[in-house]
Amino acid sequence: MTTLSRRQALSLGAATFLTGVFSRRNAVFAQDSSTLTIAYNVNLPSFDPTVGPSAVNPTIQAIYRSIFDQFIGQGPDLSFQPGLLTAWGWNDDKTKVWMDVREGVKWHDGSDFTPADIVWSLERAAKPETGNPIQFVWGGVSNYKIDGKRITGDVKQYDPTFFKWMAFLTGYVMPKAYYEKVGAEGFEKKPIGTGPYMVDAYEGNAFLRLKANPNYYGGKPAFDTVVFKFVPDATSRVAEIESGSSDITLEIPYEEYDRLKDKKGLKGAAKPISDIGMIFLNNIDAMLDKNVRLAAHHAIDKKAIVDRLLKGYGVPIDTLEAPEYDAYDASIKVGYDQNKAKELLKASGYSTDKPVKFKIQTTRGFKPKDYEMIQAIVGMWRRVGIEAEIEVYEIAKHYELRAADQLAPAAFYNWGNAIADPTTSTGFAMFGPSPHSVWNTDDLDNMIMPLWGEKDEKKRIAGWKAVSKYIAEQGYVIPLLQYVQPIVYKDKLKVVPNVSGALQPTLVSKA
Amino acid sequence: MIAISILNRLIMAAVTLFGVALIVFVLLRVVPGDPIAMMIAPGASPADILALRARYGLDLSLPAQFGVWLQAVVIGDFGTSISLRRDVLELLLGRLPATLELAFAALVVAVLIGGAVAVIGTLSRRTPLEPAIDATNGVLLAVPDFVWALALVLLLGVLFPIFPLSGRIDPTLSIDFATPFYLAESLVRLRFDIFLDIAAHMVMPVLALALPLATVITRILKEALLEAMVQDYVLLARLKGMSEVRLVLQEALRNAIGPALSLTGVQFTFLVGGTVIVERIFSYPGIGNMAIDAVINRDLPLIQGLVLVFGAIFIVINLGVDLLAAALNPRLRHG
Repeated sequence: MTTLSRRQALSLGAATFLTGVFSRRNAVFAQDSSTLTIAYNVNLPSFDPTVGPSAVNPTIQAIYRSIFDQFIGQGPDLSFQPGLLTAWGWNDDKTKVWMDVREGVKWHDGSDFTPADIVWSLERAAKPETGNPIQFVWGGVSNYKIDGKRITGDVKQYDPTFFKWMAFLTGYVMPKAYYEKVGAEGFEKKPIGTGPYMVDAYEGNAFLRLKANPNYYGGKPAFDTVVFKFVPDATSRVAEIESGSSDITLEIPYEEYDRLKDKKGLKGAAKPISDIGMIFLNNIDAMLDKNVRLAAHHAIDKKAIVDRLLKGYGVPIDTLEAPEYDAYDASIKVGYDQNKAKELLKASGYSTDKPVKFKIQTTRGFKPKDYEMIQAIVGMWRRVGIEAEIEVYEIAKHYELRAADQLAPAAFYNWGNAIADPTTSTGFAMFGPSPHSVWNTDDLDNMIMPLWGEKDEKKRIAGWKAVSKYIAEQGYVIPLLQYVQPIVYKDKLKVVPNVSGALQPTLVSKA
Repeated sequence: MIAISILNRLIMAAVTLFGVALIVFVLLRVVPGDPIAMMIAPGASPADILALRARYGLDLSLPAQFGVWLQAVVIGDFGTSISLRRDVLELLLGRLPATLELAFAALVVAVLIGGAVAVIGTLSRRTPLEPAIDATNGVLLAVPDFVWALALVLLLGVLFPIFPLSGRIDPTLSIDFATPFYLAESLVRLRFDIFLDIAAHMVMPVLALALPLATVITRILKEALLEAMVQDYVLLARLKGMSEVRLVLQEALRNAIGPALSLTGVQFTFLVGGTVIVERIFSYPGIGNMAIDAVINRDLPLIQGLVLVFGAIFIVINLGVDLLAAALNPRLRHG
């Protein structure tokens, strides 16, 4: 019998460990081509896409869209397309809605998807006690009736965005029978949907493993397995893709994007998404002076900010409507003009010797170069006679102050609008009674008010364009730029960037 | 004597935990960031906002909120997480083992590295190696855990990609664990493939946590060893012809270990605190990583639960160190 000394035993143990690690190295660093590993930037807190804070987190929608189907689908260009509803619409006087339900769809547990699932999902979403944050939309239609594959409902309060929300936050179809059987807790433990991928394994703050749904109505997905690794630290995401541990990642610093996209074996995609950076103005103190507001806008060289701070990855904007949005109007321009800014300030008795003073609040590191952008803007303002004091706060503080209407005269923020409708951008951001608005004056509210329920779509969009023009003329907000989302991926893949910013596995295929 | 001491410590622990709970509860409601403000829907009316506030019990007065929460905690109900929508206690019990495995592995590694370097430093006293060890240790002493973490990511994750960068286990591995102690369970079930994978995932976070503690252990233990090496009993042993290595390991170390042990106990609490940022960098699913999300989301019930758990860990560690010190030192053992 061989006797091992303590030293030999320790050496043997270490050698076994290292051999084991290296032998697994291939598994760790080079998954087979049937597996897609995504180094994702956020954690998945909850599986129910219709309730709680995560339901309104746009960043998580890519995961939800992999497991569940929405009532109405959405293409990567934000266009609406058939989802579990194949057709939908209003009656002529907009007092009823109708929806045709897709047939032959199965839930992940093999049971049949039926129109009753649609009705149950809509009714559940409309009930305040279920905690759906978008209940104010879903509550606008009731008394659903099923006739074959067609569902009709009575409109209690006309909302032109009702169907658009069906492709947006909380617009997911949930399994009636299964949910009623397992309850909320059971659903969190074993969620099922009708989506292209099925939940296989989940470790909070670590990963989510999905398996392809062989019965998916849209055809079998490109990958047998999709792994979302939750890597909130940007440096770690860079390391994940650079080391080959992940196949694709997103939201990394632009400097790293430029470096990695040129690296052998990697590719990059950087396209504008439906997320904008802006400066909210509050109707208090110096901002009550129109000259100050307009001067603050004219003094900002947005192109220089995009070029120098964001390395060219951004699109300067002059309204809250990005080019992909329904109410975008390219003719509305504010323009960078320092002389004009000085003249406006002079008219109000301000100059570089006697500057107008106010506070601007910003986050630091919440969005790419947010603090640096505000620093640059404060520098530009100083040159025309505006002295702004920067206050840095956490995003949670921003929400608290905004809800209480206590933001500083100027506050940096970002706004997403993945359904491109003006109500979900200009509307909620600028309409006084909205809990998310900051500017609050009757003139603007009176312009916006009739548009909420406008039944003539052309007239509605034209109305919102007029609102955008008026806002620009009055300087009620300072839109800055449309963000560009950097995605880096292995060159063996093909990626279709999504304007909504949702990096869905279904938009990734083998090259 | 020891039993009375432990009883006193347990009573003090309960008082301390109550104090921690009270302070955290008040602080969380004083610092900026209203969890309800983060959940308000665009079209929500003031009535909707009030209803949301009532739903999470935030419409009550501060003392009433504390009373309700404390009463529930006493019977083991830590509430429901706002962001994760699950029972807080269940979440904590599910994640705590990952952090404990990480922290204890880091402690073992820190003791081994710190102890080994201290012994080598002692053996090489009055040689050119000693100042080199002291200087290097002095520099590394100033490097915090998160810097180690980032350096390790670049070195062992990217430059020489040996170890996995993130997570606790390879996502492609399928195993149903019966307990949340994955490392221990895989060993008990003789699943060495799984054990190796989990251990490999722990290497970088463990090193990031262990190296700062190792440098502290090195400094304290080496000083204590050098002091012990000039004591009479060591001189006597040397006269008997004992080798230098045996002198250090068998004679000096036994007497020098006391101060190092006490300090290691204190430093271990810092190590546990360090898991917050290290777990985040390595996407390690412990309570540290969860704590960051809880703070970002202003998830008050979860933050309160986490702080209580961290508080309890610190108390248990200190108690354990005191008991160990008493066991090793007869003077302490007998009061």
